Amino acid sequence: MAFQDRTADLPDDQRVVMTAVGLTSPNGNNLEDYRAALLAGRSGVQAYNIRYVGDTLAGVCNFEATKYQSRRDMRRGTRAGTIGIWCAHEAIARSGVDWANVDKSRVGIYVGITEHGNVETENEIYSIKGYDYDTTYWSHHHNPRTVANNPAGEIALNLGITGPHYTIGAACAAGNAGIIQGVQMLRLRECDLAIAGGVSESIHTFGIFASFKSQGALASHSDPTKGSRPFDKDRTGIVVAEGGSLYILERLSDAKARSANILAEIVSYAINTDATDFVLPNPERQAQCVQLALKRGGLAPDQIQIVSTHATGTASGDSQECEALRNAFSGCAGVRFNNTKSFIGHAMGAAGALELAGNLPSFQDRVCHATINVDNLDETCAIDGLVLNEPEPLGQVDYILNNSFGMLGINSVLIVRRF
Amino acid sequence: MTPAEIRDEILDILSDIAPDEDLSGLDDGKSFREQLELDSMDFLDIVMELRKRHRVQIPEEDYGHLASMSSTVTYLEPKMRDIVAA
Repeated sequence: MAFQDRTADLPDDQRVVMTAVGLTSPNGNNLEDYRAALLAGRSGVQAYNIRYVGDTLAGVCNFEATKYQSRRDMRRGTRAGTIGIWCAHEAIARSGVDWANVDKSRVGIYVGITEHGNVETENEIYSIKGYDYDTTYWSHHHNPRTVANNPAGEIALNLGITGPHYTIGAACAAGNAGIIQGVQMLRLRECDLAIAGGVSESIHTFGIFASFKSQGALASHSDPTKGSRPFDKDRTGIVVAEGGSLYILERLSDAKARSANILAEIVSYAINTDATDFVLPNPERQAQCVQLALKRGGLAPDQIQIVSTHATGTASGDSQECEALRNAFSGCAGVRFNNTKSFIGHAMGAAGALELAGNLPSFQDRVCHATINVDNLDETCAIDGLVLNEPEPLGQVDYILNNSFGMLGINSVLIVRRF
Repeated sequence: MTPAEIRDEILDILSDIAPDEDLSGLDDGKSFREQLELDSMDFLDIVMELRKRHRVQIPEEDYGHLASMSSTVTYLEPKMRDIVAA
């Protein structure tokens, strides 16, 4: 059976391309620095302390927030909002879009989040503890900070965008889900330009750390840069990270009309559900999600050059994903698999969008970045094509497949093509 | 607290609420809103900070007294005169 990429049959106004990305990651605040860190094997994980949990590890971002936001608005808003504002401004600036003349009512904002409101709620409870839990000391800012659309709404407020804005709650599949939502809305002509991806402020809630710890899934290591180690026998769990990655998505016809630089074309996607467990993944359903995305795109598995894995550094999660990939890519000798969390930790709602971003330069430099910290490969994760510890030069890279999975059994797969 | 100390305290609260504003030239007789970018949520912050820092309760019907620096200090003086400045 011959496979042909189905997007080629679509009219340009149904094809969606990425024309820029704005990001902040624990190891870089723009695509170039981030990519350089990934190729150099530079981790962004550091020692971290958070109330009640104490000393732990985290991926922490350090960007110049006041470049795009007043200190007053930072105080009123949330860290997720600030991260979103940074990413959106950076993406717009890099897109070359004539922003002053863009019809802001035709811009849509679609931001993936794993969770939102935990940070702000914990802060308020901590604050009123000092007043014997008297709720008259509870902040009037609590509701606007914790409504689920907050990160997207703060972007809209900051940039004067009057088109649709909302978040997509999709656990750790949210980064991909935000991008998928943007693609769909562009195809439906709900907007003419989409700002889409994901953000995470999760390192500021002790509850996330404490819950992973209680689950036996929180990473620890004497050397923070070695703490996040998916596929390695000595992995101890997840390193929580903050971060963000928002793309400018446009219909191909619009991108061509303004002679935009095109990072990639989104050729296919799929989201499905395990429906088997609250936290444990289901490799059969993950493989089906990969296969569905390939089928929708009219692609054979061996047409993919790079698979960006979701693996988080937990024993069952890593091996189950590898089982799914073993099934979905059986006999595909040319496919390479890597993992970005080994560098930056798990950026939760931003993970899918951020991990894809770090791989996009492969279309030009033809290098697959590695998975670092694999000193002793867990045999249950031993799949042909894993790129370990050192980047691997490839021939031409045409397709990247991006996995992003989350709790409650949500699976998402995004496939992008060199343009 | 003396009226001058109350004024300093309000200035300190304002510098937290509106950190981008230059408060050095504030005219005490003019309304805050004429001189600073403050909205209703910011005024609620002033009320909340006074409650948190000094346990001063300001009923909603009195919020109008917080229009300018001079009216705020005049209003707060009887409520804060027994508080010892830090």
